[in-house]
Amino acid sequence: MAEGDPIMVSFENISKSYDKNPALKEVSFSVEKSELFGLIGPDGAGKSTLFRILTTVLLPDSGRVLFDGEDVVKDYQYVRNQVGYMPGKFSLYQDLSVRENLEFFATIFNTSIAANYDLIHDIYEQLEPFETRRAGALSGGMKQKLALSCALIHKPKVLVLDEPTFGVDAVSRKEFWEMLKTLKEKGVTILVSTPYMDEAALCDRVALIQKGNILKIDTPRRIIDQFDKTLFKIRSSQIYKTILALEKLPHLGTAYSFGQEIHLYASKDIEATDVESQLLEVGIADAEVKPGMANIEDCFMNLMVAENMEDHVG
Amino acid sequence: MKVFLAFVKKEFYHIFRDKRTLLVLFGMPFAQLILFGYAITTEVSNASIAVYNQSPGQFSEQLIDKLVSSDFFTVSNRIASQSEILETFRQNKAKLVIIIPPDFENKFSRNEAEIQLIADGSDPNLATILGSSANRIIQSWMNELLKSKGANLSMNTIIPEVRWHYNPELKSVAMFVPGVVTIILMLVSAMLTSISITREKELGTIEILYVSPLKPVLIIIGKVVPFAMLSILNAIFILVMAYVIFNVPVNGSIALLLMESMLFILTALSLGVFISTVAASQQTALMLSLFALMLPTILLSGFIFPISNMPWPLQIISNIIPAKWFLIIIKTIMLKGLGIVYIWKETLILLGMTLGLIALSIRKFKIRLQ
Repeated sequence: MAEGDPIMVSFENISKSYDKNPALKEVSFSVEKSELFGLIGPDGAGKSTLFRILTTVLLPDSGRVLFDGEDVVKDYQYVRNQVGYMPGKFSLYQDLSVRENLEFFATIFNTSIAANYDLIHDIYEQLEPFETRRAGALSGGMKQKLALSCALIHKPKVLVLDEPTFGVDAVSRKEFWEMLKTLKEKGVTILVSTPYMDEAALCDRVALIQKGNILKIDTPRRIIDQFDKTLFKIRSSQIYKTILALEKLPHLGTAYSFGQEIHLYASKDIEATDVESQLLEVGIADAEVKPGMANIEDCFMNLMVAENMEDHVG
Repeated sequence: MKVFLAFVKKEFYHIFRDKRTLLVLFGMPFAQLILFGYAITTEVSNASIAVYNQSPGQFSEQLIDKLVSSDFFTVSNRIASQSEILETFRQNKAKLVIIIPPDFENKFSRNEAEIQLIADGSDPNLATILGSSANRIIQSWMNELLKSKGANLSMNTIIPEVRWHYNPELKSVAMFVPGVVTIILMLVSAMLTSISITREKELGTIEILYVSPLKPVLIIIGKVVPFAMLSILNAIFILVMAYVIFNVPVNGSIALLLMESMLFILTALSLGVFISTVAASQQTALMLSLFALMLPTILLSGFIFPISNMPWPLQIISNIIPAKWFLIIIKTIMLKGLGIVYIWKETLILLGMTLGLIALSIRKFKIRLQ
């Protein structure tokens, strides 16, 4: 691979099925060096499968993956030396202490904690008071920091994190993304998957994946810019009833509940007053409809709806 | 090497921090030896007998004394009538009734005396042992008597005297110690190894071991070495316990015995690794170890039931049970005190099985998740 080639990882037409159920369909994309790349999608979209193929623990049915220019099937030993992997399930030894876990992973990668301490310093610092505690007895956020430390201890070129923030509290999640930013600045290429769409905004680029297909790859900014609908935020005292009513008015667009609000993705020619009046006709009088700015979640919901519609037609 | 040592260290942490593993490792041998040594025994001591003496006199009482003084029997009750015999068995007061007929004293001086032994046949093994023991004691008493009287020995029948070689007291624990060693080594080595590998699969830690420079062979050896070390310690522990508590010595070379044990441990470990390549969860590994290994090891190895008494299909199957061959080896060394010359064939068979299993395990051990 030529020096200065910006591509670190590239997936080329990757397909994979489990017992004839397709998990990935002809997936292609690439990740640049020192990029923080997010893979966003619901459960069962194929995120873990994609990461497992990249980290050499699964073989693709067809297509190939290049890791730093090397084929992940043929040169799996190279990948295993150069990748830091955090699987979706907490996969450290629960009966080993924090320190013992870290030491073990440092040793099997032929290095030592001291040699690469600078890379994990910020993260491990917070774990140091609990060094002698068994990993199984740590809190969710702490476990995740330990797992990250262990995945980083051999200074990997690429860090692969499969749903690292799943089941972790909001504060720890925020902290975790701060850490990823710092690591990226230190030159580590990061691939991270998450079911939380709000985390997409924190990535350099994101890929939206659903049912084994990549729906969209771009920077969060551009994805938002490309939103081709009008977003209405609807407030009402009877959210559930309003949603049911909107489902019966499909020409208005598709609606989702976002906490206390309903987001309606309507075509550009529809006005807020149209929505209000049509809701009134079906008996919802207190609906308050305001146009709003779409965030990345809205864009994804909208894209996923479009894809599902095509599925039904096809 | 440093990597390997780190891996072995990790395995020891797993073992010593898991109460269940520790219990299987150290509690099991102790419990099994005690169980087999004390509870499951075929020896007879202080069995209750009843006596129906219809001819009280010098000789009949002497005979009863002789029986009681042997430690085999204690007289639980004296019976006064024929009808009480059955009653004694029904109430389980005695397992054997000795009936001395009314003309015993008279006939005795004419060398025509007869006595009758009735044993409770509801426990056939015990009945046989009691009957033959009583018979033996009575015969030897008559011998002594005839000698002291200076009577003509030729007029009596020939009395065969049976002695047991290798285990003259027929101590059952001497037979069980080799069996217990065999079972424990098989159990600890195969079951714990297979569970320890499948645990990594179940907890997902195997995934990060795959995504590391660790070679699969190193993972296998790293898993196997701690259990091999602990198993050989276990074997020594059982042998020492057998000597201290039950007075069962190792008659042959201890070094040879330990070397053969090491070979058998390797067989069991490779079986364990093989099971782990087939089983996806700890539960499956446990079940496979129990049913595919433990039962045949106990039932078909010749430990409890003699192989020569089995129907021929089972005899053929017993040949593929590694424990059968090890049991022959360990008995030959421990009880007969013989050397390698007598067991080289069995040793070769075990060696062949081990090499085959190791080759199979390494071939089946995956470098990926599927």
